[in-house]
Amino acid sequence: MATAQSLHQSRKRKNAVMMALCVIAAGIGLAWLALILGALLYKGLSGVNLAVFTEMTPPPGDAGGLLNAIYGSIVMTIIGIVVGTPIGVLAGTYMAEYGRFSKLTTVVRFINDILLSAPSIIVGLFVYELMVRPMGHFSAIAGAVALSILVIPVVVRTTEDMLNLVPNALREAGTAIGAPRWVVIRSVAYRAALSGIVTGILLAIARISGETAPLLFTALNNQFWSSNLNAPMASLPVTIFQFALSPYEEWQQLAWTGALIITLTVLGLSIIARSLTGRREDR
Amino acid sequence: MSAVSEAATSSAMRTREATVRRFAFTDMVFRAATRASAILVLVLLGGVAISLIAGSWEALSKFGISFLSTESWNPVTENFGALAPIYGTIVTSAIAIIIAVPIGIGIAVFLTELCPRPLRRPIGIAVELLAGIPSIIYGIWGLFVFAPFLQTTIQPFIIWLFKGVPGLNSLFAGPPYGIGLLTSSLILAIMVLPFITSITKDVFDTVPAVLKESAYGIGCTTWEVTRRVTIPYTRVGIMGGVMLGLGRALGETMAVTFVIGNAHRISASLFAPGTTISATIANEFTEADGAIYTSSLVALGLILFIITFIILALARYMLLRIDSRTGA
Repeated sequence: MATAQSLHQSRKRKNAVMMALCVIAAGIGLAWLALILGALLYKGLSGVNLAVFTEMTPPPGDAGGLLNAIYGSIVMTIIGIVVGTPIGVLAGTYMAEYGRFSKLTTVVRFINDILLSAPSIIVGLFVYELMVRPMGHFSAIAGAVALSILVIPVVVRTTEDMLNLVPNALREAGTAIGAPRWVVIRSVAYRAALSGIVTGILLAIARISGETAPLLFTALNNQFWSSNLNAPMASLPVTIFQFALSPYEEWQQLAWTGALIITLTVLGLSIIARSLTGRREDR
Repeated sequence: MSAVSEAATSSAMRTREATVRRFAFTDMVFRAATRASAILVLVLLGGVAISLIAGSWEALSKFGISFLSTESWNPVTENFGALAPIYGTIVTSAIAIIIAVPIGIGIAVFLTELCPRPLRRPIGIAVELLAGIPSIIYGIWGLFVFAPFLQTTIQPFIIWLFKGVPGLNSLFAGPPYGIGLLTSSLILAIMVLPFITSITKDVFDTVPAVLKESAYGIGCTTWEVTRRVTIPYTRVGIMGGVMLGLGRALGETMAVTFVIGNAHRISASLFAPGTTISATIANEFTEADGAIYTSSLVALGLILFIITFIILALARYMLLRIDSRTGA
């Protein structure tokens, strides 16, 4: 009786200890997020002023802004999304609609999942070999292509998942009134899965707007304003990389401010994306 | 009269046939477009492999298999070996995983068993936001905030603590630079934590409630249910999540580039600066002059590609297995 009692006590103690460790683990996870965001706000906010958004990146030791870098990031992100999204949506459509049970779909899904987590620097090397080396110079368009390669797997994945959630009865109803397959897909399946697909695109924007590694040796960087897609172009992440590792205080401050801008953009996009799907789950 | 109606019917038939033909044609075009896009995904991966092999050919044919076992990395004498970056990549990723796995599983247990329901979603989202923060942010934070903190507090303490312990004193030998292998590992651990957590949480949710309830029914504590029912049931899925995290850690570039120190050497001490494959490429590629230098860097990329491909393929295979078991 006494041993049974003590065994029970020791099991309860062990349980309490392990559960406390789990709570601590969750605390650690949240603490890191708070620490990183706190440092970003603390160091980044002090540098936020109008000049950041209206002036070009300065030469070493001078004050200036991030206008050309912000512009470059926006341009390359938009091109990356415009190129990558249709391919991703179409591929996802094939996998969920036409070829749901085909072998090709299984293979593409497997490869796509690998591309989804493949190191982005490898994509940079690929585009370097594919475009920069034959063209003979770095260019914004090469950077945008590298970004679009990162967009595709994200969009493929969400499009397929979301189309698979559309009930088959909806498609059957469309087919029953004589609509051909692609009309059913366009006006029934896409419409039903729209918020999910948009979520995927938002997540893709969030992912590529902070990517540095694939731009390092495709778009390179540019100290000056450039809207020429066939020439090197500045981008926010690469500028942060260059400025943060420099010994100049003004550059480091701009790097922190740029980091804050990127983080707020990315977190904002992912929160919007999540709230879109969140509403879906409730319905 | 009947002729007129016949003509009308046949013309209606004809428009109908034309419409059907047009529908069939557009459907075929759309189908072909979707199929071509799906195949493009395969072509992309194949293209990556081919371009990396082509780009690294010069270095691989010059150095051969000894490329993998040479520590020297000398742009002046154009003698390159991948051993130091490979070592750094594997050591930092391994330590990151060792740190992140228990914490990730702990958070997953917290979220599925302990957390009050209204807090579950916000905390889950907060942990996943860690995954959304771009790599370069971890880098700048690691370099300016985390590394100085380690340098002034934790590292001197650990060096002092293990000074007299054989083995550990060379593993944690000074001086405390702040940046180095261990700092990179810690940053990587934070970065892969959300991946491991969210997959573990997802596979925990696949455990049938009946299984857990029967264990609770015979008087098991929450920990015993987790240890004896949930974790064994989801082992394959957790392994898949860990592999996925490992794949991320191996290829992580910017954060590591900031805090690794970029030294092409293998040191016993975890406090010493080192380098990883991705950090080497990120740092040196644009400055590499000479075909053999560039080619060696691409060869490093090829090695990274092969390692991550294998790890990620294993991860997907394991996750597929747990998916097929639950019928999801």
